[in-house]
Amino acid sequence: MEKFILAFIIGGGICVIGQLMFDVLKLTPAHTMSTLVVAGAVLGGLGLYEPLIKFAGAGATVPISSFGNSLVKGALMEAKNTGVIGVLTGIFEVTSAGVSAAIIFGFLGSLLFKPKG
Amino acid sequence: MSNMKTKKLSLTQQEYKEFAKVRVPNRPVLLNCVRAFIAGGIICTIGQGLQWLFMTYFGFTEVTAGNPTVAVLIMLSVLLTGLGVYDHIAQWAGAGTAVPVTGFANTVASAAIEHRTEGYVLGVGGNMFKLAGSVIAYGVFSAFIVALIKITIQALGGI
Repeated sequence: MEKFILAFIIGGGICVIGQLMFDVLKLTPAHTMSTLVVAGAVLGGLGLYEPLIKFAGAGATVPISSFGNSLVKGALMEAKNTGVIGVLTGIFEVTSAGVSAAIIFGFLGSLLFKPKG
Repeated sequence: MSNMKTKKLSLTQQEYKEFAKVRVPNRPVLLNCVRAFIAGGIICTIGQGLQWLFMTYFGFTEVTAGNPTVAVLIMLSVLLTGLGVYDHIAQWAGAGTAVPVTGFANTVASAAIEHRTEGYVLGVGGNMFKLAGSVIAYGVFSAFIVALIKITIQALGGI
């Protein structure tokens, strides 16, 4: 049960950071999301994101910053097995589900729905 | 830097800038943050619920449950986007719906649906990643650099 509360608090907290970037720094949503992804990748490289996931569960994996972390994780994992070239081949290893799901369901959505005024 | 910018503007432009500055509505930052916190928190709690579901009933571990959780969230988000509900929630929640992975799916789906009238190849296919593309591009490039740095440090015997 406490996992749910932690997910709520940490997940909400990351969204507040995003909201502050909207309102205070006047960034567009695309800039905010890109910045958070880069931040996630850097935190992942420093080995700080995994402890956050252990601590907050979905509170850390659902925000977009986790995308950056997963990219680094996939690259490093593959690099361990195959050497430097693994950085290139493994980068989408972990995030494949998210990217493919977005493409597949996004395409299906465009077949099913018409744009609304 | 802002000084340099204003120097290039003519006098009327500067006057207009001052004029507009006073009239731009102040953003209710605190209220927005509270809304973002609640909406983002709820989405992450739903994610936690899905993860628990996958772990309890489908035999996923804590590590592997992340993928199906994200996939289901993306599916829900696309569905809500298509029905026109997500944008209404996003109006209220601000970053609360943009920062979670559902916001990423929302940008993909809404761009795909919006440009459908331009045809399925150039419209849907070409515009799908109009906004989400920057997330992927910056994510992949920064991950590449970070991973290279980390490998170099490890090869040199650090950390």
